[in-house]
Amino acid sequence: MAKIVTPFGPQHPVLPEPLQLNITYEDEKVVSVAPAIGYIHRGLEKAGELNDFPQNVFLVERVCGICSFMHGMTYCEAIEDIMGVEIPPRAKYLRVFYGELSRIHSHLLWLGLLSDAFGFESLFMKYWAIRERIVDLMEMTGGHRIILSASCIGGVRRDLTDEQIKIIEKTLMEVKNELDRVTPVILKDYTVKKRTVGIGVLSKEEVITLGAVGPVLRASGVAQDLRQTGYEAYGELDFEPIVETDGDCYARAVVRAREVYQAIDLALEALHRLPEGEAQVKVKGNPNGETIRRVEQPRGEVLWYVKGNGTKNLVRMRVRTPTYAHIPALLKMLPGCEMADVPVVTLSIDPCISCTER
Amino acid sequence: MAVMLPNIMRNLFSRPETRLYPAEERILYPHTRGHIEFDADKCNFCTLCSKKCPADAIKVDRANKTWTLDVYRCIVCSACVDDCPKDAIQMIEQWRTPAFSKTVEVYEGPKPEETQPEA
Repeated sequence: MAKIVTPFGPQHPVLPEPLQLNITYEDEKVVSVAPAIGYIHRGLEKAGELNDFPQNVFLVERVCGICSFMHGMTYCEAIEDIMGVEIPPRAKYLRVFYGELSRIHSHLLWLGLLSDAFGFESLFMKYWAIRERIVDLMEMTGGHRIILSASCIGGVRRDLTDEQIKIIEKTLMEVKNELDRVTPVILKDYTVKKRTVGIGVLSKEEVITLGAVGPVLRASGVAQDLRQTGYEAYGELDFEPIVETDGDCYARAVVRAREVYQAIDLALEALHRLPEGEAQVKVKGNPNGETIRRVEQPRGEVLWYVKGNGTKNLVRMRVRTPTYAHIPALLKMLPGCEMADVPVVTLSIDPCISCTER
Repeated sequence: MAVMLPNIMRNLFSRPETRLYPAEERILYPHTRGHIEFDADKCNFCTLCSKKCPADAIKVDRANKTWTLDVYRCIVCSACVDDCPKDAIQMIEQWRTPAFSKTVEVYEGPKPEETQPEA
Protein backbone atom coordinates (compact mmCIF):
# COMPACT_ATOMS: atom_id res chain seq x y z
CA MET A 1 0.00 0.00 0.00
CA ALA A 2 1.41 3.39 -1.01
CA LYS A 3 1.90 6.06 1.62
CA ILE A 4 -0.10 9.27 1.33
CA VAL A 5 0.74 12.58 3.01
CA THR A 6 -2.29 14.68 3.95
CA PRO A 7 -2.26 18.01 5.74
CA PHE A 8 -4.43 18.25 8.87
CA GLY A 9 -5.04 21.94 9.33
CA PRO A 10 -4.09 24.80 9.56
CA GLN A 11 -7.81 25.37 8.98
CA HIS A 12 -9.77 22.39 10.29
CA PRO A 13 -13.28 22.34 11.81
CA VAL A 14 -12.01 20.76 15.02
CA LEU A 15 -9.18 23.21 15.59
CA PRO A 16 -10.03 26.61 17.06
CA GLU A 17 -6.57 27.82 16.07
CA PRO A 18 -4.20 27.18 13.17
CA LEU A 19 -1.94 24.16 13.70
CA GLN A 20 -0.74 22.14 10.75
CA LEU A 21 0.06 18.45 11.03
CA ASN A 22 1.42 16.81 7.88
CA ILE A 23 0.29 13.24 8.44
CA THR A 24 1.61 10.24 6.49
CA TYR A 25 -1.02 7.52 6.16
CA GLU A 26 -0.67 3.91 5.07
CA ASP A 27 -4.19 2.80 4.13
CA GLU A 28 -6.11 4.57 6.92
CA LYS A 29 -3.45 4.17 9.62
CA VAL A 30 -1.24 7.07 10.66
CA VAL A 31 2.44 6.25 10.12
CA SER A 32 4.21 9.49 10.98
CA VAL A 33 3.43 13.13 11.77
CA ALA A 34 5.34 16.33 11.06
CA PRO A 35 3.98 19.45 12.80
CA ALA A 36 4.27 22.93 11.30
CA ILE A 37 3.69 25.92 13.53
CA GLY A 38 4.19 29.62 13.02
CA TYR A 39 0.83 30.79 11.70
CA ILE A 40 0.07 33.14 14.57
CA HIS A 41 3.44 34.22 15.89
CA ARG A 42 2.99 37.77 17.19
CA GLY A 43 6.36 38.52 18.79
CA LEU A 44 4.86 39.10 22.23
CA GLU A 45 8.11 38.38 24.05
CA LYS A 46 9.90 41.13 22.14
CA ALA A 47 6.95 43.48 22.58
CA GLY A 48 7.26 42.87 26.33
CA GLU A 49 10.79 44.26 26.27
CA LEU A 50 9.67 47.47 24.53
CA ASN A 51 6.75 48.27 26.85
CA ASP A 52 6.95 49.52 30.43
CA PHE A 53 6.71 46.62 32.86
CA PRO A 54 3.27 47.58 34.33
CA GLN A 55 1.83 47.83 30.78
CA ASN A 56 2.99 44.27 30.13
CA VAL A 57 0.28 42.91 32.45
CA PHE A 58 -2.26 43.73 29.75
CA LEU A 59 0.01 42.41 27.03
CA VAL A 60 0.69 39.02 28.64
CA GLU A 61 -3.02 38.52 29.25
CA ARG A 62 -3.31 38.40 25.50
CA VAL A 63 -0.79 35.57 25.08
CA CYS A 64 -3.80 33.26 25.17
CA GLY A 65 -7.51 33.95 25.38
CA ILE A 66 -8.47 31.08 27.62
CA CYS A 67 -5.65 31.10 30.17
CA SER A 68 -5.58 34.89 30.04
CA PHE A 69 -5.89 35.53 33.78
CA MET A 70 -3.28 32.89 34.66
CA HIS A 71 -0.66 34.47 32.36
CA GLY A 72 -1.28 37.88 33.90
CA MET A 73 -1.16 36.45 37.41
CA THR A 74 2.11 34.57 36.82
CA TYR A 75 3.75 37.65 35.31
CA CYS A 76 2.62 39.77 38.29
CA GLU A 77 3.92 37.10 40.69
CA ALA A 78 7.28 37.15 38.92
CA ILE A 79 7.58 40.96 39.14
CA GLU A 80 6.46 40.91 42.80
CA ASP A 81 9.08 38.21 43.47
CA ILE A 82 11.89 40.34 41.96
CA MET A 83 10.78 43.50 43.77
CA GLY A 84 10.18 41.71 47.08
CA VAL A 85 6.52 42.76 47.33
CA GLU A 86 4.25 40.81 49.67
CA ILE A 87 0.65 40.99 48.45
CA PRO A 88 -2.25 41.11 50.95
CA PRO A 89 -3.95 37.80 51.92
CA ARG A 90 -7.23 38.92 50.35
CA ALA A 91 -5.47 39.35 46.99
CA LYS A 92 -4.07 35.81 47.25
CA TYR A 93 -7.53 34.33 47.76
CA LEU A 94 -9.01 36.50 45.00
CA ARG A 95 -6.31 35.27 42.62
CA VAL A 96 -7.22 31.68 43.52
CA PHE A 97 -10.88 32.47 42.86
CA TYR A 98 -10.26 34.12 39.48
CA GLY A 99 -7.81 31.35 38.54
CA GLU A 100 -10.32 28.61 39.31
CA LEU A 101 -13.05 30.50 37.45
CA SER A 102 -10.74 30.49 34.39
CA ARG A 103 -10.13 26.77 34.88
CA ILE A 104 -13.85 25.98 34.97
CA HIS A 105 -14.46 28.02 31.84
CA SER A 106 -11.49 26.49 30.02
CA HIS A 107 -12.42 22.89 30.85
CA LEU A 108 -16.09 23.41 29.94
CA LEU A 109 -14.98 24.90 26.62
CA TRP A 110 -12.71 21.92 26.01
CA LEU A 111 -15.36 19.33 26.95
CA GLY A 112 -17.69 21.02 24.45
CA LEU A 113 -15.02 20.99 21.74
CA LEU A 114 -14.28 17.31 22.40
CA SER A 115 -17.97 16.45 22.06
CA ASP A 116 -17.99 18.38 18.79
CA ALA A 117 -14.85 16.51 17.61
CA PHE A 118 -16.67 13.18 17.63
CA GLY A 119 -19.91 14.68 16.36
CA PHE A 120 -21.94 14.86 19.57
CA GLU A 121 -23.35 18.30 18.84
CA SER A 122 -26.11 18.40 21.45
CA LEU A 123 -23.58 17.70 24.22
CA PHE A 124 -21.32 20.41 22.79
CA MET A 125 -24.17 22.91 22.99
CA LYS A 126 -25.05 21.83 26.53
CA TYR A 127 -21.48 22.38 27.75
CA TRP A 128 -21.22 25.74 26.06
CA ALA A 129 -24.55 26.85 27.49
CA ILE A 130 -23.22 26.07 30.97
CA ARG A 131 -19.96 27.82 30.17
CA GLU A 132 -21.91 30.94 29.26
CA ARG A 133 -22.97 31.31 32.89
CA ILE A 134 -19.32 31.24 34.01
CA VAL A 135 -18.44 33.79 31.34
CA ASP A 136 -21.27 36.00 32.69
CA LEU A 137 -19.70 35.74 36.16
CA MET A 138 -16.38 36.82 34.65
CA GLU A 139 -18.02 39.85 33.09
CA MET A 140 -19.78 40.71 36.34
CA THR A 141 -16.54 40.60 38.36
CA GLY A 142 -13.74 41.43 35.91
CA GLY A 143 -15.58 43.58 33.40
CA HIS A 144 -14.86 41.54 30.29
CA ARG A 145 -16.17 38.14 29.26
CA ILE A 146 -12.75 36.52 28.79
CA ILE A 147 -9.88 38.97 29.35
CA LEU A 148 -10.42 39.71 33.03
CA SER A 149 -7.51 42.14 33.59
CA ALA A 150 -8.10 41.46 37.28
CA SER A 151 -4.48 40.95 38.31
CA CYS A 152 -2.06 43.82 38.76
CA ILE A 153 1.41 44.18 40.21
CA GLY A 154 0.80 44.34 43.96
CA GLY A 155 -2.50 42.45 44.16
CA VAL A 156 -5.86 42.39 42.43
CA ARG A 157 -7.61 45.31 40.70
CA ARG A 158 -11.08 43.85 40.97
CA ASP A 159 -12.25 43.31 44.53
CA LEU A 160 -15.51 41.46 45.18
CA THR A 161 -18.44 42.92 47.08
CA ASP A 162 -20.61 40.83 49.44
CA GLU A 163 -23.47 41.11 46.99
CA GLN A 164 -21.32 39.77 44.16
CA ILE A 165 -20.09 36.88 46.34
CA LYS A 166 -23.70 35.84 46.99
CA ILE A 167 -24.50 35.84 43.26
CA ILE A 168 -21.30 33.90 42.48
CA GLU A 169 -22.01 31.24 45.13
CA LYS A 170 -25.57 30.82 43.88
CA THR A 171 -24.51 30.59 40.23
CA LEU A 172 -21.69 28.13 40.94
CA MET A 173 -24.11 25.83 42.81
CA GLU A 174 -26.54 26.02 39.88
CA VAL A 175 -23.70 25.25 37.46
CA LYS A 176 -22.79 22.24 39.60
CA ASN A 177 -26.38 20.98 39.43
CA GLU A 178 -26.48 21.42 35.66
CA LEU A 179 -23.14 19.60 35.33
CA ASP A 180 -24.56 16.69 37.34
CA ARG A 181 -26.96 16.12 34.45
CA VAL A 182 -24.41 16.50 31.64
CA THR A 183 -21.16 15.02 33.00
CA PRO A 184 -22.53 11.41 33.24
CA VAL A 185 -22.81 11.52 29.44
CA ILE A 186 -19.02 12.07 29.13
CA LEU A 187 -18.32 9.47 31.82
CA LYS A 188 -20.73 6.68 30.83
CA ASP A 189 -22.19 7.15 27.35
CA TYR A 190 -21.56 4.35 24.84
CA THR A 191 -20.88 6.74 21.92
CA VAL A 192 -18.34 8.76 23.89
CA LYS A 193 -16.52 5.64 25.13
CA LYS A 194 -16.51 4.10 21.64
CA ARG A 195 -14.65 7.14 20.27
CA THR A 196 -12.21 7.73 23.15
CA VAL A 197 -11.38 4.55 25.10
CA GLY A 198 -8.02 3.03 24.14
CA ILE A 199 -7.16 5.81 21.66
CA GLY A 200 -3.97 7.87 21.88
CA VAL A 201 -2.60 5.85 24.80
CA LEU A 202 0.48 7.14 26.65
CA SER A 203 2.04 5.13 29.47
CA LYS A 204 3.30 6.63 32.73
CA GLU A 205 6.94 6.26 31.62
CA GLU A 206 6.21 7.84 28.23
CA VAL A 207 4.53 10.97 29.59
CA ILE A 208 7.45 11.56 31.95
CA THR A 209 10.02 11.03 29.16
CA LEU A 210 8.12 13.28 26.73
CA GLY A 211 7.75 16.02 29.33
CA ALA A 212 3.96 16.23 29.24
CA VAL A 213 2.24 18.45 31.80
CA GLY A 214 -1.15 19.03 33.39
CA PRO A 215 -4.19 16.84 32.65
CA VAL A 216 -2.25 14.73 30.09
CA LEU A 217 0.26 13.86 32.80
CA ARG A 218 -2.41 13.16 35.41
CA ALA A 219 -4.45 11.02 32.99
CA SER A 220 -1.48 8.66 32.73
CA GLY A 221 -1.21 8.14 36.47
CA VAL A 222 1.30 10.81 37.55
CA ALA A 223 -0.08 12.71 40.54
CA GLN A 224 1.58 16.04 39.76
CA ASP A 225 -0.24 19.32 40.09
CA LEU A 226 1.70 22.55 40.60
CA ARG A 227 -1.03 23.87 42.89
CA GLN A 228 0.39 21.42 45.45
CA THR A 229 3.46 23.68 45.70
CA GLY A 230 1.15 26.14 47.48
CA TYR A 231 1.57 29.32 45.43
CA GLU A 232 -0.88 32.11 46.23
CA ALA A 233 -3.37 30.67 48.76
CA TYR A 234 -3.37 27.08 47.48
CA GLY A 235 -1.24 25.97 50.43
CA GLU A 236 -4.13 26.78 52.78
CA LEU A 237 -6.82 25.10 50.67
CA ASP A 238 -7.69 21.45 50.76
CA PHE A 239 -7.42 19.48 47.53
CA GLU A 240 -5.87 16.39 45.98
CA PRO A 241 -4.74 16.15 42.33
CA ILE A 242 -7.16 14.18 40.15
CA VAL A 243 -5.46 11.14 38.66
CA GLU A 244 -6.55 8.53 36.12
CA THR A 245 -4.36 5.63 35.09
CA ASP A 246 -5.45 4.60 31.57
CA GLY A 247 -3.60 7.36 29.68
CA ASP A 248 -6.05 7.40 26.73
CA CYS A 249 -8.35 10.15 25.39
CA TYR A 250 -11.14 8.95 27.70
CA ALA A 251 -8.91 9.29 30.79
CA ARG A 252 -7.96 12.83 29.74
CA ALA A 253 -11.65 13.72 29.35
CA VAL A 254 -12.46 12.21 32.76
CA VAL A 255 -9.62 14.13 34.44
CA ARG A 256 -10.92 17.42 33.00
CA ALA A 257 -14.57 16.61 33.76
CA ARG A 258 -13.66 15.87 37.39
CA GLU A 259 -11.38 18.91 37.60
CA VAL A 260 -14.36 21.16 36.82
CA TYR A 261 -16.01 19.97 40.05
CA GLN A 262 -12.76 20.39 41.94
CA ALA A 263 -12.34 23.92 40.57
CA ILE A 264 -15.91 24.83 41.63
CA ASP A 265 -15.19 23.53 45.14
CA LEU A 266 -11.89 25.44 45.31
CA ALA A 267 -13.50 28.66 44.07
CA LEU A 268 -16.29 28.35 46.65
CA GLU A 269 -13.80 27.54 49.41
CA ALA A 270 -11.67 30.56 48.44
CA LEU A 271 -14.75 32.79 48.63
CA HIS A 272 -15.80 31.25 51.92
CA ARG A 273 -12.40 31.91 53.49
CA LEU A 274 -11.85 35.31 51.85
CA PRO A 275 -10.03 37.47 54.43
CA GLU A 276 -11.03 41.08 55.04
CA GLY A 277 -8.74 43.94 54.14
CA GLU A 278 -7.10 45.56 51.16
CA ALA A 279 -6.76 43.71 47.85
CA GLN A 280 -3.90 45.77 46.49
CA VAL A 281 -0.67 47.37 47.70
CA LYS A 282 1.12 50.25 46.02
CA VAL A 283 4.35 49.23 44.33
CA LYS A 284 7.14 51.71 43.73
CA GLY A 285 10.41 51.35 41.87
CA ASN A 286 11.56 49.16 39.02
CA PRO A 287 12.44 45.44 39.00
CA ASN A 288 16.13 44.59 39.20
CA GLY A 289 16.93 40.88 38.99
CA GLU A 290 15.57 37.72 37.45
CA THR A 291 13.15 35.02 38.43
CA ILE A 292 11.23 31.96 37.23
CA ARG A 293 7.62 31.33 38.23
CA ARG A 294 5.57 28.20 37.52
CA VAL A 295 1.80 28.01 37.75
CA GLU A 296 -0.75 25.28 37.01
CA GLN A 297 -2.91 26.51 34.16
CA PRO A 298 -6.02 24.66 32.93
CA ARG A 299 -3.83 23.01 30.28
CA GLY A 300 -0.85 22.31 32.53
CA GLU A 301 2.30 23.93 33.79
CA VAL A 302 3.29 27.35 32.49
CA LEU A 303 6.75 28.74 33.09
CA TRP A 304 7.54 32.45 33.13
CA TYR A 305 11.05 33.89 33.12
CA VAL A 306 11.40 37.61 33.75
CA LYS A 307 14.61 39.65 33.95
CA GLY A 308 14.84 43.33 34.80
CA ASN A 309 17.80 45.71 35.12
CA GLY A 310 16.39 48.46 37.31
CA THR A 311 14.78 50.42 34.47
CA LYS A 312 11.09 50.47 33.57
CA ASN A 313 11.75 48.17 30.59
CA LEU A 314 12.49 44.48 31.08
CA VAL A 315 15.65 42.94 29.64
CA ARG A 316 14.00 39.62 28.85
CA MET A 317 10.59 38.03 29.16
CA ARG A 318 10.13 34.37 28.28
CA VAL A 319 7.19 32.01 28.54
CA ARG A 320 6.95 28.25 28.04
CA THR A 321 3.33 27.24 27.69
CA PRO A 322 1.67 23.84 28.29
CA THR A 323 0.83 23.17 24.62
CA TYR A 324 4.48 23.68 23.68
CA ALA A 325 5.32 20.87 26.11
CA HIS A 326 2.52 18.71 24.68
CA ILE A 327 3.61 18.67 21.04
CA PRO A 328 6.17 15.82 21.53
CA ALA A 329 3.46 13.84 23.35
CA LEU A 330 1.05 14.45 20.46
CA LEU A 331 3.61 13.16 17.94
CA LYS A 332 3.95 10.00 20.01
CA MET A 333 0.17 9.49 20.36
CA LEU A 334 -0.83 9.85 16.71
CA PRO A 335 1.19 7.11 14.89
CA GLY A 336 -0.82 3.89 14.85
CA CYS A 337 -4.25 5.46 15.21
CA GLU A 338 -6.98 5.61 12.57
CA MET A 339 -7.53 8.61 10.27
CA ALA A 340 -10.95 9.27 11.87
CA ASP A 341 -9.40 9.42 15.36
CA VAL A 342 -6.84 12.13 14.49
CA PRO A 343 -9.15 15.05 15.46
CA VAL A 344 -10.03 13.49 18.83
CA VAL A 345 -6.40 12.66 19.67
CA THR A 346 -5.21 16.13 18.61
CA LEU A 347 -7.87 17.77 20.71
CA SER A 348 -7.13 15.57 23.73
CA ILE A 349 -4.00 17.63 24.56
CA ASP A 350 -6.20 20.78 24.55
CA PRO A 351 -4.08 22.55 21.93
CA CYS A 352 -3.63 26.29 22.35
CA ILE A 353 -1.58 27.49 19.42
CA SER A 354 -1.66 31.18 20.39
CA CYS A 355 0.12 30.19 23.61
CA THR A 356 2.64 28.02 21.79
CA GLU A 357 3.67 30.64 19.24
CA ARG A 358 3.19 33.79 21.31
CA MET B 1 -28.08 7.06 24.55
CA ALA B 2 -29.78 6.10 27.81
CA VAL B 3 -27.57 8.56 29.72
CA MET B 4 -28.32 11.39 27.28
CA LEU B 5 -32.09 10.70 27.25
CA PRO B 6 -32.96 12.84 30.31
CA ASN B 7 -31.08 15.75 28.73
CA ILE B 8 -32.89 15.26 25.43
CA MET B 9 -36.28 15.23 27.18
CA ARG B 10 -35.37 18.38 29.12
CA ASN B 11 -34.23 20.09 25.92
CA LEU B 12 -37.56 19.29 24.30
CA PHE B 13 -39.64 20.94 26.98
CA SER B 14 -37.38 23.74 28.23
CA ARG B 15 -36.95 27.31 27.01
CA PRO B 16 -34.12 27.97 24.55
CA GLU B 17 -30.76 28.97 26.02
CA THR B 18 -30.37 31.76 23.48
CA ARG B 19 -32.07 35.16 23.43
CA LEU B 20 -34.29 36.49 20.67
CA TYR B 21 -31.77 39.26 20.16
CA PRO B 22 -33.42 42.44 18.90
CA ALA B 23 -36.47 41.83 21.09
CA GLU B 24 -34.52 40.75 24.16
CA GLU B 25 -31.15 42.37 24.85
CA ARG B 26 -28.42 41.08 27.11
CA ILE B 27 -28.26 42.94 30.43
CA LEU B 28 -24.88 44.55 30.99
CA TYR B 29 -23.36 44.52 34.46
CA PRO B 30 -22.39 47.73 36.29
CA HIS B 31 -18.71 46.72 36.07
CA THR B 32 -18.79 45.82 32.36
CA ARG B 33 -16.00 47.55 30.52
CA GLY B 34 -17.81 48.92 27.47
CA HIS B 35 -16.01 52.08 26.44
CA ILE B 36 -14.35 55.10 28.02
CA GLU B 37 -15.80 58.59 28.13
CA PHE B 38 -13.70 61.69 28.58
CA ASP B 39 -14.65 64.94 30.31
CA ALA B 40 -12.40 67.74 29.07
CA ASP B 41 -13.60 70.16 31.78
CA LYS B 42 -12.17 68.02 34.59
CA CYS B 43 -8.87 67.19 32.87
CA ASN B 44 -5.65 68.99 33.82
CA PHE B 45 -3.71 67.43 30.92
CA CYS B 46 -1.15 65.73 33.17
CA THR B 47 -0.51 63.02 30.46
CA LEU B 48 -0.62 60.19 33.03
CA CYS B 49 -3.30 58.31 31.05
CA SER B 50 -1.21 58.49 27.91
CA LYS B 51 1.82 57.07 29.78
CA LYS B 52 -0.20 54.24 31.36
CA CYS B 53 -2.07 53.21 28.18
CA PRO B 54 -0.68 49.81 27.09
CA ALA B 55 -2.06 50.19 23.56
CA ASP B 56 -0.82 53.77 22.86
CA ALA B 57 -4.43 54.74 22.16
CA ILE B 58 -4.39 58.01 24.10
CA LYS B 59 -2.36 61.02 22.99
CA VAL B 60 -2.29 64.14 25.12
CA ASP B 61 -0.96 67.46 23.87
CA ARG B 62 -0.16 69.60 26.87
CA ALA B 63 0.61 72.81 24.97
CA ASN B 64 -2.54 72.87 22.82
CA LYS B 65 -4.68 71.20 25.52
CA THR B 66 -6.00 68.44 23.29
CA TRP B 67 -6.81 64.89 24.34
CA THR B 68 -7.03 62.32 21.52
CA LEU B 69 -8.39 58.79 21.71
CA ASP B 70 -7.81 56.34 18.90
CA VAL B 71 -11.05 54.41 19.42
CA TYR B 72 -9.91 51.33 17.52
CA ARG B 73 -6.59 51.00 19.34
CA CYS B 74 -8.24 51.16 22.77
CA ILE B 75 -8.45 47.71 24.44
CA VAL B 76 -10.77 48.97 27.22
CA CYS B 77 -8.42 47.78 29.98
CA SER B 78 -9.42 50.72 32.24
CA ALA B 79 -5.80 51.45 33.24
CA CYS B 80 -6.42 55.16 32.44
CA VAL B 81 -9.67 55.19 34.44
CA ASP B 82 -7.93 53.74 37.52
CA ASP B 83 -5.00 56.14 37.39
CA CYS B 84 -6.66 59.44 36.44
CA PRO B 85 -6.07 61.85 39.36
CA LYS B 86 -9.00 64.11 38.35
CA ASP B 87 -11.57 61.40 37.49
CA ALA B 88 -11.85 62.89 34.02
CA ILE B 89 -12.13 59.45 32.37
CA GLN B 90 -15.18 57.29 33.09
CA MET B 91 -15.90 53.68 32.17
CA ILE B 92 -19.31 53.26 30.57
CA GLU B 93 -20.86 49.78 30.37
CA GLN B 94 -22.40 50.18 26.90
CA TRP B 95 -20.27 48.75 24.11
CA ARG B 96 -19.46 50.84 21.09
CA THR B 97 -21.51 50.19 18.01
CA PRO B 98 -19.92 48.92 14.78
CA ALA B 99 -18.79 51.60 12.35
CA PHE B 100 -17.90 51.90 8.68
CA SER B 101 -14.62 53.73 9.23
CA LYS B 102 -11.99 53.94 11.97
CA THR B 103 -12.38 57.10 13.97
CA VAL B 104 -10.26 59.19 16.30
CA GLU B 105 -11.95 61.26 19.00
CA VAL B 106 -10.37 64.64 19.72
CA TYR B 107 -11.35 66.69 22.77
CA GLU B 108 -10.19 70.21 23.43
CA GLY B 109 -9.75 71.63 26.89
CA PRO B 110 -10.53 75.23 27.86
CA LYS B 111 -8.02 77.58 26.26
CA PRO B 112 -5.96 79.76 28.66
CA GLU B 113 -7.52 83.05 27.43
CA GLU B 114 -11.04 81.67 27.93
CA THR B 115 -10.38 80.79 31.55
CA GLN B 116 -8.97 84.25 32.43
CA PRO B 117 -11.47 86.52 34.18
CA GLU B 118 -12.64 89.46 32.12
CA ALA B 119 -10.98 92.72 33.00
